[in-house]
Amino acid sequence: MTRDRQRWAVGAATGMVLLVLPFIASNYVLSVATLVLYLAYVGQAWNVMMGFAGQLSLGHSLYVGVGAYAAAGLFARYGVGPWAGVWLAIALCAAMAGVIGFLAFRLRISGVHLSLLTIAFAELVRIAFDHIDGLGGPGGLFLRVAARDQIDLRAFRGPPAMYYYAMLGLAAGALAVCAALLRRRAGYYWRAIREDEVAAQAVGIDTFWWKMRAVVLSAAMTAVAGVFYAFYYNSLFPEQIFSFSRSIEIILGPVIGGLGTLMGPIVGAAALVLLGDGTTELLARAGLDVPGGKHVVYGVLLLVVTIYFPNGIWPPLARVLGFRPKRL
Amino acid sequence: MARLVLEDVCKSFRGLRAVSRASFVVEPGTIVALIGPNGAGKTTIFNLIAGVHRPDSGDIRLHARSIAGLSPDAVCGAGVGRTFQLVKPFAGLSVLENAMVGALHRERTVAGARVRATAVLERLGLADSATLAAGRLTLADRRRLEVARALATRPSLLLLDEVMAGLRPAEIDEMVAVLRGLQRDEGVTILLTEHVMRAVMALSDQIVVLHHGEVVARGTPTAVVRDPGVLACYLGEETPL
Repeated sequence: MTRDRQRWAVGAATGMVLLVLPFIASNYVLSVATLVLYLAYVGQAWNVMMGFAGQLSLGHSLYVGVGAYAAAGLFARYGVGPWAGVWLAIALCAAMAGVIGFLAFRLRISGVHLSLLTIAFAELVRIAFDHIDGLGGPGGLFLRVAARDQIDLRAFRGPPAMYYYAMLGLAAGALAVCAALLRRRAGYYWRAIREDEVAAQAVGIDTFWWKMRAVVLSAAMTAVAGVFYAFYYNSLFPEQIFSFSRSIEIILGPVIGGLGTLMGPIVGAAALVLLGDGTTELLARAGLDVPGGKHVVYGVLLLVVTIYFPNGIWPPLARVLGFRPKRL
Repeated sequence: MARLVLEDVCKSFRGLRAVSRASFVVEPGTIVALIGPNGAGKTTIFNLIAGVHRPDSGDIRLHARSIAGLSPDAVCGAGVGRTFQLVKPFAGLSVLENAMVGALHRERTVAGARVRATAVLERLGLADSATLAAGRLTLADRRRLEVARALATRPSLLLLDEVMAGLRPAEIDEMVAVLRGLQRDEGVTILLTEHVMRAVMALSDQIVVLHHGEVVARGTPTAVVRDPGVLACYLGEETPL
């Protein structure tokens, strides 16, 4: 088999399995797969900002939370469905990212200080949502849980398979968008800024606006994940959704899979969830209840990857599978 | 073709005068070398032209248009390409991609930029390393890449900040030939700073000598090296023993 054939074979087989999964897998497996796709999607979104443009956000839970609350709030209070709500979510998150980006990049805040600023905004908004009584405050916002076997696309209610396919579509869409962006001017300019901002300016790149574009796009993509989250889990608490550990969960996938690569966020999310939940499940079956066991697995995985695969697990994995890992 | 004019340009850093009333002209299509001892203000003048610093007073004009105080990307848009004394390759990108980022400045499509970048790499003798990561190049090649990336933006004025530093004599001769070729074939105007006098003498049509931020001499290479003022600033005043 030529490498090209091998590549297509691996890609096609993966695609087929993903497409037929709801017909062959149990609801538990499907929920795990949905989580993998969800993390792959938000990881892809975060990767636009950090992996491509080199701007480290440690506060992406902000956009998941605001996106989730925007759509869930509209639905719970005014009966407006998520298909309209998602646009409000995108607009709000894009605007917030615009404000954060504008402040940071105009004041020339970068590196660690930018990361701290993103954490600060996420915390600020978390505290704010604790005080918005119309959206449940600290007590949480809940959506009516509908009958699980009926598909109601307008209200985005339905069986697990519907949520699975929605997330599969989103993850595939994000992959396609990112792949297209990397081939265009944006991809070249973002990576140039990531490598050396001063040199990027010297070849005529308006680094302020290109960084703004990355930040706003990343936030807008993440907002969509928030809408999904709201309608999938049906309950939102500021304490949870805006928490710092959620932001970290978002970045673990791309970091473990390979920063700045297209497949990294996907492979990383799969590795994280399968090892994390897999261990928990195995321990549970063995009759052992280990609270926090998942996080130990995350920690160990992160350690192993940092030491042995500093560029993530995707580049070496790609070579094994016959993909040419493109240097990005 | 570009005519660069500096008129009474001054720049101080916390009271320290780095450049003091510097005035000189770079005529279109010529190569001018800016020389002077360390700390004479050469790199400051480069950064003033390239938009890194804003002059305290005075004016900098290209094509009769003032570029003083523009941002670096706007200066590039006005037609100035520059290299950095401490090379700044996009280390994680390939050599070709480095040049393409520069070429995208004027090219509308990525495909067009690839064509332009390939031609520029060819010219600088980097075509064979096109797929290598820029961070893995030798110093000589990284200096060549600096020039290639700047040239890919199609500048009318090229600012070269010590592109010969750290090169071996044979590599210096190659670089001199490349720069001469650029001037001849593409009509690029070049302003360069250089410590390597062998290159300065071989390349420049005019030399501008800086000392303590002031222009102390300018003229043809042969005239300048005989100028007693120039000798004094390099070697010190002659004192009777």
